[in-house]
Amino acid sequence: MELKTQVKAEDGKQEIFITREFDLPVELLFKAYSEAELIEQWMGTKVIRLENKNLGFYQFETSQNGNVVFRANGAIHRVVENQKIIRTFEMENTSIGVQLEFLDFEKISMERSKLTIQIIYQTENQRAAQLKLPFASGLNAAHNRLQEIAISKR
Amino acid sequence: MNIRRDVFQAIADPTRRAILLLLTTQSMTAGIIASNFDTARPTVSKHLQILTECELLKQEQKGREVYYHLNAIKMQEVAQFIEPFRKIWDDRFNKLEEVMKSYQSKK
Repeated sequence: MELKTQVKAEDGKQEIFITREFDLPVELLFKAYSEAELIEQWMGTKVIRLENKNLGFYQFETSQNGNVVFRANGAIHRVVENQKIIRTFEMENTSIGVQLEFLDFEKISMERSKLTIQIIYQTENQRAAQLKLPFASGLNAAHNRLQEIAISKR
Repeated sequence: MNIRRDVFQAIADPTRRAILLLLTTQSMTAGIIASNFDTARPTVSKHLQILTECELLKQEQKGREVYYHLNAIKMQEVAQFIEPFRKIWDDRFNKLEEVMKSYQSKK
């Protein structure tokens, strides 16, 4: 199936652009990013703190079997309802560092909208580390799944 | 053997992925590559052979040493790590769309 999400990471740059069109009104797309309960549902992480406003902040945490496997936080610089969120993002215990994120929400029609995320890393290497992360873990996950299937078929 | 030329087969092995990641920073000799792993030297050589056969790696003679480096063009077949990254975001956004559609219909 064709992916609806575009990712642009040009050589020699320390930024990534992620774009995606949604079959949703822009108000709902924005809501998905601004309400803790909804973020928890689609991100699959627990929202510890969230103040989605100018000079606000957020903190996410995911646990598996009682162990924290993912923790991220950031400062929210600016929020323009249904249009824009500018924030920092940092995944704890990684070498990727702090990223600056510009989230632009655009109305295409009453029922369609577009999200463009520009992520800026401090260095090119940190961007590379970010891109490699799913390359390694994604394949590991696929492996684990194959193993589970193989075991269940025994 | 056809199966060895399949790039995705080649990168399915964790040691071979680690070798590719190692070589993203610089080209290296087989000896230096092997010194990064606990695995026996012949095992690493076998992995290098497979990666070379499917053209993910290129060999280059420098004096008496053979250096291995990434074949940039072939690596694009695995989309320079972007494809798995993109897949993760696509899954995440599909979930967002699904969650918000059910939220909308509940209102």
